[in-house]
Amino acid sequence: MKNNKRTENIIELYNIKKMYGDVTAVEDFNLKVKRGDFITFLGPSGCGKTTTLRMIAGFELPTEGHITLDGEDISKLPPYERPINTVFQRYALFPHLNIYDNIAFGLKLKTVDVTYQNDKGETITRKEKLSKKEIEEKVKRALEIVDLEGFEKRSIDTLSGGQQQRIAIARAIVNEPEILLLDEPLGALDLKMRKEMQIELKSMHEKLGITFIYVTHDQEEALTMSDKIVVMSDGMIQQIGTPEEIYNEPENAFVADFIGESNILNGKVAGKKKVRFCNHIFDCVDDFPIGTRVDVVVRPEDVIMKPKGQGMLDVLVDSVVFKGIHYEITVLSGDIEIVIQSIKNAVVGDTIGIEIEPDGIHLIENNVTTNEFDGVITKNNTVEFGDGEYECDVTQLYHNSTLDEDGYLIKSDGEKIDLAGVEVSVSVPLFNAIEMSDDPDKGGATGNIISLIYKGDHYQYIVRTENEFDYILDDEDLWNENDFVSLIIPKDKIKLTLK
Amino acid sequence: MFRFSRKHLCIPYAVFLILFVIAPLLVVIYYAFTNGQGEFTLNNFANFFTDSNTIGTLLYSMFIALITTAICLFIAYPVAYILARSNFKKKSVLLILFIVPMWINFTLRITAVKEILTFLEGNLAYYPFLNTIIGMTYDFLPFMILPLYTTLEKIDNKLIEASYDLGANPATTFVKVTLPLSLPGIISGVTMVFLPVMTNYVVLDMLYNSTYIMGSLIGSYFNAYDWNNGSIISIILLAIIFVVTIITNRLGNGSEESRGAVL
Repeated sequence: MKNNKRTENIIELYNIKKMYGDVTAVEDFNLKVKRGDFITFLGPSGCGKTTTLRMIAGFELPTEGHITLDGEDISKLPPYERPINTVFQRYALFPHLNIYDNIAFGLKLKTVDVTYQNDKGETITRKEKLSKKEIEEKVKRALEIVDLEGFEKRSIDTLSGGQQQRIAIARAIVNEPEILLLDEPLGALDLKMRKEMQIELKSMHEKLGITFIYVTHDQEEALTMSDKIVVMSDGMIQQIGTPEEIYNEPENAFVADFIGESNILNGKVAGKKKVRFCNHIFDCVDDFPIGTRVDVVVRPEDVIMKPKGQGMLDVLVDSVVFKGIHYEITVLSGDIEIVIQSIKNAVVGDTIGIEIEPDGIHLIENNVTTNEFDGVITKNNTVEFGDGEYECDVTQLYHNSTLDEDGYLIKSDGEKIDLAGVEVSVSVPLFNAIEMSDDPDKGGATGNIISLIYKGDHYQYIVRTENEFDYILDDEDLWNENDFVSLIIPKDKIKLTLK
Repeated sequence: MFRFSRKHLCIPYAVFLILFVIAPLLVVIYYAFTNGQGEFTLNNFANFFTDSNTIGTLLYSMFIALITTAICLFIAYPVAYILARSNFKKKSVLLILFIVPMWINFTLRITAVKEILTFLEGNLAYYPFLNTIIGMTYDFLPFMILPLYTTLEKIDNKLIEASYDLGANPATTFVKVTLPLSLPGIISGVTMVFLPVMTNYVVLDMLYNSTYIMGSLIGSYFNAYDWNNGSIISIILLAIIFVVTIITNRLGNGSEESRGAVL
């Protein structure tokens, strides 16, 4: 089907949201895909990338939002009416059919418009099935593209994983879809095979000229193959950009942490294009107002080792690991760890200098220093917020107030008030305030760790409660993602203000 | 010196096998190919195929088995399909409901059917053939549902999605993907219904159908102490079952899974 109204964007997704019961899988998803592009959805498992792909294929319908293909809304079309084909994660080849019949499956169902003249000289257009010969030729060509000529008569269980993968690709591209969807297609292959297939897929994309939408959790794969990467986490788009943009200019700490290896450190802007971290002021290329709190992202390969005293600051070599093409050297500046990749070796225990070029330092604004919640005072003078109940000091709400023995608050002018049900704003600092415990009864709210990022000398965690309240906290100990924890907040760390 | 080794563990079963399987089989073969005087003969064999009564009984049995199998398949497939492919929450309860009759004593079940049919028809003698079919279907339905359910449930949902993805609507997908993939279950179910129905004369007896099927024919020869003619029928039935099994296995691409598709 050659469409004459060829829009620049082949597929557009608007405000897509997908809920499974109460669980949000994808939210606020907006994307325009240019015709012929190789787009990759990248993210950890459970980030919603496969769900989004399945909505494009038509296996899932979005709860909200719509999808247009060539400008036409296809959100409600069943998968068999979409000119889109999928290469499935585990191939999903039909075991009861041989290779020829697998590939010809879609072709045999296809109808094309055939125009011809009847005896009366009238022009008639009819929908006709493809002839056996046409199908045979197309199958043969598809097999040539995936490099498996002459495999027509073989049964699929005689094939290796890599060959099955190729057949799955042939089965999809033989239908000449407008968009080819690939759901972690290389996940089941071994490393060497995967690398080969990456290159082949990329050249296939160039040869065929159709739009590829690719799903993977492998950041290297995404960087190698894509024209554009959509980084996803937690059902939401974190960043859309070319591989270079994603790698060099991550928009937030999650992207920086997920793509490649990086040192993410807390810093503060110290002047025009100057940032202070590790007790030193570095020149950088990003410009923020003085005093802005930032996440400083430094790629390990951008840290240059110098002899002691000749760098910008001196650090202690803590560990050295040989990685083949380079050494991975961990150095300590005070308590803060910095990872360096270098082809030069270093000796553990030595003090060396390090230098970072201005364009090796990327700043991400991060002004979040406190957790903010809406809370309610209970009749026991505790405060409820973020799915938990905590002890707190309610006298801070009114200056110089006290509590009487019945739990009523006595204001400085002697007025007696019952605080139960009073709405307050709650603020809890990130650092040295919230503590995690694996005993669910020990703290107020409970939740799962949904994200952790190492920041040189501590980890920053986000704990999400059942009703999707997020607590951000810094902790020096290492916990795992998805750990179920309860949150303990000391009385004096909870700041209350009346609303 | 007796040394106990693992292979001695099979002695009890070997004894059982020799006493109750191999020996009786040899006796049956002996009787089948001898006459009353114990002399070797093929007359019993010839008698079977020249006697219009026995041939008639064979055809009648096959006819009953064929109809029963068809009805079982017709009822069981949709049920098994719904049970296996839908997200229906209470499906295990439904499955148990279909299996429970298998756990109830056979005589009790068939008596219940008899009472119901008598109530509905007034007198069982009016529709002996219909009653037989109903009784057989009722008796053998679970044996059709189970293998179908197991194979249908095993079908990877990704294959169904792949079919949609390639442009097949639900009806085409059923014909081109689901049905062929459930073939082992169909074969297994058919084997488990067709062959036993051919010989199950108890159902006919209980429902007052006085026509003979293969089982009743053998019984009648044995009751008349005609071991030779009874035995040859058993041997012929054995051969038929053997041939049918081979054919069905071929149909199912010789997939051994089909055999395992039984509870």
